[in-house]
Amino acid sequence: MKATCWTGRNTVEVQDVPDPSILNSRDAIVEVTSTAICGSDLHLLDGYVPSMEKGDIMGHEFMGEIVEVGPGVSDKLRVGDRVVVPFPIACGACASCHAKLYSCCENTNPNAGISEKLFGHPTAGIYGYSHLTGGFAGGQAEYARVVLADANVLKIGPELTDEQVLFLSDILPTGYMGAEMCDIQKGDVVAVWGAGPVGQFAMDSARVLGAEKVIAIDKETYRLDMAAAQGYTTINFEDTDVRSALLELTGGRGPDKCIDAVGLEATHGASHVHLYDRAKQAVRSETDRPHALRQAILSCRSGGVVSVIGVYGGLIDKFPAGAWMNRSLTLRAGQCHVHRYMKPLLDLIEQGRIDPTRVITHRLPLTEAPTGYDLFKNKKDRCEKVVLTP
Amino acid sequence: MKTDTRSTSRLRHDPLVRGLGWASALLGVPQAAAPAGFARAVGVDGTSRHRSATTLVGLRELAAATGLLGRPHPAWLWGRVGGDLMDLTMLIRALRNHDGRGRGRTVAATAAVTAITATDVYAAVTRTRRSTPMELTAATTVTRPPDEVYALWKDLKRLPDFMAHLDEVRVTGPGTSHWRASAPFGTTVEWDAETTQDDPGRLLAWRSVDGADIDNSGEVRFEPAPGGRGTEIRVTLRYDLPGGALGKAAARYFGEEPHQQLDDDLRRFKQIVEIGEVVRSEGAPGGKRARGEFPQHPARPLTEDELKEALA
Ligand SMILES: [Zn+2]
Ligand SMILES: [Zn+2]
Repeated sequence: MKATCWTGRNTVEVQDVPDPSILNSRDAIVEVTSTAICGSDLHLLDGYVPSMEKGDIMGHEFMGEIVEVGPGVSDKLRVGDRVVVPFPIACGACASCHAKLYSCCENTNPNAGISEKLFGHPTAGIYGYSHLTGGFAGGQAEYARVVLADANVLKIGPELTDEQVLFLSDILPTGYMGAEMCDIQKGDVVAVWGAGPVGQFAMDSARVLGAEKVIAIDKETYRLDMAAAQGYTTINFEDTDVRSALLELTGGRGPDKCIDAVGLEATHGASHVHLYDRAKQAVRSETDRPHALRQAILSCRSGGVVSVIGVYGGLIDKFPAGAWMNRSLTLRAGQCHVHRYMKPLLDLIEQGRIDPTRVITHRLPLTEAPTGYDLFKNKKDRCEKVVLTP
Repeated sequence: MKTDTRSTSRLRHDPLVRGLGWASALLGVPQAAAPAGFARAVGVDGTSRHRSATTLVGLRELAAATGLLGRPHPAWLWGRVGGDLMDLTMLIRALRNHDGRGRGRTVAATAAVTAITATDVYAAVTRTRRSTPMELTAATTVTRPPDEVYALWKDLKRLPDFMAHLDEVRVTGPGTSHWRASAPFGTTVEWDAETTQDDPGRLLAWRSVDGADIDNSGEVRFEPAPGGRGTEIRVTLRYDLPGGALGKAAARYFGEEPHQQLDDDLRRFKQIVEIGEVVRSEGAPGGKRARGEFPQHPARPLTEDELKEALA
């Protein structure tokens, strides 16, 4: 079959690889009908997330049709079922899964020992997301192996298109969780750092959850235009001082809730601090670029919530602990517990209250995945979200 | 925890140690029983001073014999070296003050004791390779009740499903079992074990019986986790790894971080309890055999040959 493989720093190739096979009794094999390139794939692409091997198949957002089930799969699932596959692999049986903390599943990462060294406790296995999260083959391919299938996938009826439901695998629940963690009250002003696809969905979710005003912060005018088209206020951090603008927009209070939907991709910030970060990153002693997080903490109103859904992989320094502590801020974070949100979000899609297709700007065949990566990474051709079809 | 020597069971089967033990016995009996005759035989006169010295030497030899044949320990070998040096000192003094009668016999005795000393030094040095006692502990919590978790562990033949180094555990009788584990350089180590404690739903303890390639013991405790969270499992393993190069290689094989290995073993046990099998990924398709080795297989489907090997 054809698959998108990481072949080294900043290069992916579509290669011929063996078809997947059942390795565990509750595996299913899915014929992929739609898959997408995610912002966090870029952290793998450029080698910021360690433990990639040449030849790894990329992709953790995918859906398709079941073509084979292992002998242990419960009869909830059958060959022919149309399913969306959440990116974290949950077991459904450990304490974390019982607590609905699916991305912290204790059983699905065969490389838990390494993840434990980096994070203190292991995290769940994730498809196509480095060996740190288990070394599972990804879904940017014609076929994919789905682990513990009956505890993971969401079955989809024929009424909705792939494009309407594909993002239930990751970016839609991720954006939603970013807003949900803010504990949004009616009338809240919510600021979102990053107007990429996850940021856009965090804005949509904030509005659905009752925010009165949503502010988008980015430097790409086409992304800000996309947010403005939905009625959100925008700040371009390249020509505006973000904190002053936020104070101006909120009568001096600061936003009630702040969402960091950028993570380590953030590249702005005060220039001397930025230089210091770049130097440290060059020698790999700082793996994260926490500009957005620092700015969110400093801008948030006292007693507000800062919610982090942008990806962080390692350690950061110059964390504004003083602001966090002295102003009673709540900091919440998490790799999305996708399974929790799939069904409720499917309902919102069916009701037409959220339209996931609005972020799609590029549709390419799987064989053109390298072009897709280039468009997305370099923000060419107003690229917001690339969907690939095998 | 600091035990300073290798296990006694290996020394018990060591031919050199047993030979020296019998040599001590053969010398000690006439020395203690007929000191005057013995003294004359080595060419020193039978004066009371020489007689009592010979008696004491004989008693020392008998003690060494008892030690080496009964509870062998390198300390007895070093004791023999000390005794040899005393004997040599006495013989050299005797030679210096010799009256000439039987001088040839004394010279011969001195040569013999010199040879014995060399043998004893060799035995003591080679048998005093320090062993590496190693105690490992690990804990995990599983969401199943203690009785169920205990029952799964008690089914000893399933231990190799999750313990990376175990190849086979065979139950050989009530409370006894035979274990086989992989060791460095494609070799295996085997031992018989006996259950030393069995408290259903709470505790299992075992230890290797005499003659094991590697003396070891262990226990696993099962306790209800607070708040109805299932079972807390605590494992302790003790190994008495032989010293020297082999011991070092073995220790490395058991893991540069043996604790990590045990943690990983326990993680796989948790997977078996909670989801029924060990989770495999394309990057680590060998399940327990993957052992966190890097670089791993790339995260892409395996070829048919790789698949056969991984699932073997
Ligand atoms: Zn993603
Ligand atoms: Zn789990």
